[in-house]
Amino acid sequence: MRKFIAGLVMGTALITTPLAAQADTPKNALVMAFAIDDMITLDPAQMFEFTGLEYAGNTYDRLIGYDNDDVSKIYGVIAESWDVSEDGKTFTFKVRDGIKFASGNDLTAEDAAFSLQRVVLLDGSPAFILGQFGLTPDNVKEKIYATDASTLVMELDKPYAPSFVLYCLTAGIGSVVDKKEVLAHEVDGDLGADWMKTNYAGSGPFALNKWTAGQSLSLTANENYWDGVPEMKRVIIRNVKEAASQQLLLEKGDIDIARNLEADQLASIKGDDDIKIMSKGKGALWYLGLSQKNEYLSNPKVREALKYLVDYKGISETILAGRSQIHQAFLPEGFLGAYNENPYDLNIEKAKSLLAEAGLADGFSVTMDTRNTTSIMAMAQSIQATWAQVGINLEIIPGDGKQTLTKYRARQHDIYIGRWSPDYQDPQTNASTFAWNPDNSDDATAKPLTWRNSWNPGPLTDEVDQAILERDGDKRAEMYVDLQKKVLEDGPFVIMFQETEIASMRKNVNNLVLAPSFDNNSYRFVTKD
Amino acid sequence: MSAVTRKNRDGRTRARLSSGKAGSLLRLVFSLAITFFGLLLVTFLIGRVLPIDPVLAAVGDRAPQAVYDRVREEMGLNLPLWQQFFIYISNILQGDFGRSVLTSNPVLEDIKRVFPATLELATIATIIGVILGIPAGVFAAINKGKWPDHVVRVIGLAGYSMPIFWLGLMGLLVFYMKLDWVAGPGRLDAFYVDFIEPTTGLMLVDTLIEGDMDLFWNAVSHIILPASILAYFSLAYIARMTRSFMLEQLSQEYILTARVKGISEHRIIWRHALGNVMVPLVTVIALSYANLLEGSVLTEIIFAWPGLGLYITNSLLNADMNAVLGGTVVVGAVFISVNMLSDVLYRFLDPRARR
Repeated sequence: MRKFIAGLVMGTALITTPLAAQADTPKNALVMAFAIDDMITLDPAQMFEFTGLEYAGNTYDRLIGYDNDDVSKIYGVIAESWDVSEDGKTFTFKVRDGIKFASGNDLTAEDAAFSLQRVVLLDGSPAFILGQFGLTPDNVKEKIYATDASTLVMELDKPYAPSFVLYCLTAGIGSVVDKKEVLAHEVDGDLGADWMKTNYAGSGPFALNKWTAGQSLSLTANENYWDGVPEMKRVIIRNVKEAASQQLLLEKGDIDIARNLEADQLASIKGDDDIKIMSKGKGALWYLGLSQKNEYLSNPKVREALKYLVDYKGISETILAGRSQIHQAFLPEGFLGAYNENPYDLNIEKAKSLLAEAGLADGFSVTMDTRNTTSIMAMAQSIQATWAQVGINLEIIPGDGKQTLTKYRARQHDIYIGRWSPDYQDPQTNASTFAWNPDNSDDATAKPLTWRNSWNPGPLTDEVDQAILERDGDKRAEMYVDLQKKVLEDGPFVIMFQETEIASMRKNVNNLVLAPSFDNNSYRFVTKD
Repeated sequence: MSAVTRKNRDGRTRARLSSGKAGSLLRLVFSLAITFFGLLLVTFLIGRVLPIDPVLAAVGDRAPQAVYDRVREEMGLNLPLWQQFFIYISNILQGDFGRSVLTSNPVLEDIKRVFPATLELATIATIIGVILGIPAGVFAAINKGKWPDHVVRVIGLAGYSMPIFWLGLMGLLVFYMKLDWVAGPGRLDAFYVDFIEPTTGLMLVDTLIEGDMDLFWNAVSHIILPASILAYFSLAYIARMTRSFMLEQLSQEYILTARVKGISEHRIIWRHALGNVMVPLVTVIALSYANLLEGSVLTEIIFAWPGLGLYITNSLLNADMNAVLGGTVVVGAVFISVNMLSDVLYRFLDPRARR
């Protein structure tokens, strides 16, 4: 018997030992661990997830791009140049010559027009970005058209600020799809929607090889690419949800880049000479939404007091260690008109006197719906401890992400600790959610964050509407600064941090591009030593 | 899932009692249908009362209200609950489990993709658990009260009480990072991901079909650690049960008779006693196998193993109810068929049941 067990142990050891065949990843392939299970479609006309947009940014070309280090610089990608008519309502784009899709088809203004029309016609989640310009499924075919192979025309209902229009076209919806290829897969007039969910028809630096939902995504270099074929011939992204597993894979050299390491892992790889870290400020903001239905939170003095009751520095340095910077205005740094002053500090005395003025010197009780992830719970607990010092009894209600969000969207919360990220690179995206609320009734058609928190911003709604029509860039920026100051002062939002994205990679990986938004994170320049 | 287990086991007992009679098949089909109907009804209701908005999974947080309303209607969520359930059931009867919102694939296609991953893992784990667990149990029984018995019991207890999350990470740290004996998370090295076209979906089988031995060994090196960790749990259970079954058998009179007749101790233990223990043991093994086939979410997360457990959990957290219901039906079917299979084995092993 003993011999039998010993034999088994030996046998197992023998089987496992020769399996240790390990090699680094190949020189011309990039292997990445990334939590990509939120990816639900590959169609740039329908997608709205960070991971999906990053995919689209690497596989499709857009009409317009912006400089990652200076967002105010806008340049043409597919569009070589553009003109705005006298009345400001017609944009004419000249489409670059000689671009081919990965399929081999030529890219023309006709494809660009079709792509934009398709976004509006399919009317998916991101369609409203174009809808803002008065484009509807009924009129879009008359409003967006190609006059010849290299001229694209877009007619708008009002003379919007050119920067507003152009920034919107830098978003995922500006991706140009291969009309011939897409229509070849059309079923019952669906504009290829079903096929495009899992397939590819683009002209970008990489082409889709294969997507297995919840599992992996792989790309191959597009040998037809007009602006320099990437050195990485394959990009393989594997869905690894667990940060600790990502860390092990990276340390072992089985992957080149780990995308979702958290504070714990980042601290423990610090001493590893084979690994380097890259970071970039992103547009996402962490904030507390204070429901104005709550009798305490609707008191302006209380709102102001709460803004003094967050340990901004402590949370940023410990809980979010390296993954955020303090930011209190609703436009993230890097946006046109961003207001980068942070007027609020942790100040218990000040808060106490404000609460006393509100007649709440003894504090009050309130709840906060909190996503049960490690860092969000930790933030909530820090806030809870701070508030306890002034007698505010904060009850944390933990829940799954979709669960807390459902409650928030139904206006059933007191306080919601949330993360908001811009939909596109123009200030309007955040202004229209933090400072604009045309209808505060329960059955409103537009439900921005102001609505979710039952806040009527009064005259600010009009000011937001004015700002998108201001054609002078400097004046427009000033309008947003003014809006941000007003929301900072009186709004029901305690905006705390702006997110920083961190990618951890092997030392031999160079030139990964991290951008202000996921759309522009790019692998095309990556090389490996 | 314990409720399901109990229900299925009842179904099995009933089926066995009436076996051989004319209506037995009909009764079996009927009891299966009732079981599945109940399973679906309960899962459906739970899904609908969850405080999660299923439309969110489909359109995301940032869709404008008009899109939200349209999709809500498309998903049939504005209909009364009973009507939604009725539509769902009638679709299923036509073999249509609907589409998953998250993956935008038909649910059946998703399950065809994720289930083999779990099946492969559970099967290997069960094989390891049986190969090591039964001898360990026998060994403990014949050394009852002596140190080998204590060792087996402590190991078993540890296997039962250590959190699998911790065990998985430690396993990776030791055997993957430090010792380099096995490969890391995933079913294959990331670089090989697209080299294999799924035929059966079982990586070990598919690589052999394609005749690529490098990939086969790569797959083996990936599965061995998660399978061993899962096996540890079933091993603990199997060893414990084997031990107590064996003790019971060894105190029987026929063992005494055999010893008096001078049959070798080896033969008495491995042939006579174990032979009788195999009968109840089959049920134990079948149960632990069926449990593993549900998919172990934590193991799947740590080892980036795209299996059924992860799929169902992820779908549930997003209120992707078609996927959850589809997955539940599969789990139910697995339980029932494993139970039926153990029934067949039972009859094969126990001559009395054959009559």
